[in-house]
Amino acid sequence: MSTEQPWSRAKGPFAAVFTAPALWLLFFFLVPLAIIWAYSFGTTQGLTDIDINGTFSNYVRIADPVYIEVFVKSLWYAALTTFLCLVVGFPVALAITFSSDRQKVWLLLLIMLPFWTNLLVRTYALMAVLRTEGFVNDMLGWVGLGPWPLLHNNFAVVFGLVYVNLPFLVLPLYSALDRLDRSLLEASLDLGAGHIRTIFEVVVPLALPGILSGLLITFIPALGSYLTPDLLGGPDSQMIANVIERQFKRANDWPFGSALSFILMYLTFFAIAAQGLVAKRRKGLEQ
Amino acid sequence: MAEPLIRIEGVCKRFGDFAAVDNVDLAIEEGEFFALLGPSGCGKTTLLRMLAGLEVPTEGRILIDGKDMEGIPPNKRPVNMVFQSYAVFPHMTVEQNVGYGLRIDGVAKDERAQRVQEALGLVKLDGFEKRKPDQLSGGQRQRVALARALVKRPRVLLLDEPLSALDAKLREAMRSELAIIQDKVGVTFVMVTHDQDEALAMACRCGVMNKGVLQQVATPSDLYEYPANRFVADFIGSVNLFEGKLVIDETSQALIEADGARVWVDHGVTGATGGTVWAALRPEKIELSHREEGGHRPPVAAGTPEGANMLAGTVRHYSYLGSETVYEIEAAGGRMIKVLRSNVRRYEDRGFDYDQPVWLSWSPQSPAVLLS
Repeated sequence: MSTEQPWSRAKGPFAAVFTAPALWLLFFFLVPLAIIWAYSFGTTQGLTDIDINGTFSNYVRIADPVYIEVFVKSLWYAALTTFLCLVVGFPVALAITFSSDRQKVWLLLLIMLPFWTNLLVRTYALMAVLRTEGFVNDMLGWVGLGPWPLLHNNFAVVFGLVYVNLPFLVLPLYSALDRLDRSLLEASLDLGAGHIRTIFEVVVPLALPGILSGLLITFIPALGSYLTPDLLGGPDSQMIANVIERQFKRANDWPFGSALSFILMYLTFFAIAAQGLVAKRRKGLEQ
Repeated sequence: MAEPLIRIEGVCKRFGDFAAVDNVDLAIEEGEFFALLGPSGCGKTTLLRMLAGLEVPTEGRILIDGKDMEGIPPNKRPVNMVFQSYAVFPHMTVEQNVGYGLRIDGVAKDERAQRVQEALGLVKLDGFEKRKPDQLSGGQRQRVALARALVKRPRVLLLDEPLSALDAKLREAMRSELAIIQDKVGVTFVMVTHDQDEALAMACRCGVMNKGVLQQVATPSDLYEYPANRFVADFIGSVNLFEGKLVIDETSQALIEADGARVWVDHGVTGATGGTVWAALRPEKIELSHREEGGHRPPVAAGTPEGANMLAGTVRHYSYLGSETVYEIEAAGGRMIKVLRSNVRRYEDRGFDYDQPVWLSWSPQSPAVLLS
């Protein structure tokens, strides 16, 4: 609609504003990434040297069922986490959308409050809640149930991931729902649909682009989770980031760690591309 | 008399301390085209939304078809609404939009398709079934909203400012079309509008609201010719108000002594308590004639008291509007009076121009006497 010139045409101010971030991205993101990429085609020489000889052996090693299993498990946990976040987060986002303006501020603040606390601290707090002598098991004990093994197992990992990632889904969901024209919901009610029916017939289809990007924003960090499986998980709860970390540290196999990192990154790209494709198709359908 | 289709009894809607709708009583008959008219923020839309069930009255009750609507959600009421923004579902085709309510109600596919076709035919949208709302103009989207509501065969169709988003030409056309559609389907229409022309042209009866209070309910001509108070007189059309005291008040005549003007009417005033009254005089009910030094006064009705229903003035300004001209006349004491004259001939030998001295006169049947 606007007939204004794109402001990037103003070359001087554009350069002044964008040179610094561009350089920052180049030196602290693209260059290190390129180095890691190069490492992934090398082999370790002695303790500290890496010989970049163009070998694909690191990638071949990933095809080992042990690593495939870790990847599959990571994808599964990330997907499960995202799904549970949606189940928990959708009603929350809906409730915030329909609360009064004054309540809204406070509810959004509550959603964002965990970000003010360090992840490590929050994870330790969660351990205090879930451990055998923790709050949950204490309470279960009073009513004669349990104690249940709630910590250092796969349940604890998914529980922790849902807890950590929930705000990442609630916020984009809220912004998608808040943009909806209220009169569309009223029209649906007026035409005979109840509230639940209206949610599925009108709210979800219209908020779908927002829901999808919210799912992606939750899925990607969940897939690369390191701290949560490390602290809350048991011996069989490793996710891909834990394996990568081990390559760079204890195993001292940087080339293999680099290859794993890049496979993880390709998976992420794939997820983003899939979401982009769905969004594009929807747009095409609407026209 | 039969029970009215809609009965609104003592309905109030308060938001905090603010009364959006204040103690409204109203009955709307089956088959009527009723318009709720008022300036923006007068509570008319809130009242309409209470009929739809989208707002809950703070006090009072609403009966539709003799049934108390308290606690009945919008999806269970025998009413449907055309929203001001049309609220056409953007993710559905025209056909899906119109069929939505029927699908929700579980109407069988064949019957649904047939009724959707009928409704689209009614609003002249045949052939648009597969279009998406973003491929429609504003007027077409409104037709979709209308068809979508009518296809459910409601007892009452609620229309919230249905024409306000259309351009002037289309608005004019839709006015008569809405009236024709109402005639065809026989459904009771309740329309909210801030546009007095719209209300007067379309509705059988209008309710005028101001600040949450229902001021008057009457037919369009009664609203115009017999306004209940100054607000209605001023809101519907244009009016000259003479504030004064009643000096004569008999069964067949009354005289109002206003500052610099005397208004005589051929009927008594009921309910006057000796306080201030207002004579409301419509611009088109005032006669304009030339005033010359030593010339004749224009004739007045027999029995008119000396100096009543006549004012000397000077033309200060006029606006030529094609079919008519609006003159602004300055009378004695600086009182400005609007006079409307139809341009019945293409030219006049003696027209009225700036700074011309004129006589203003009117018949004793023309002024409306207002008590508030």
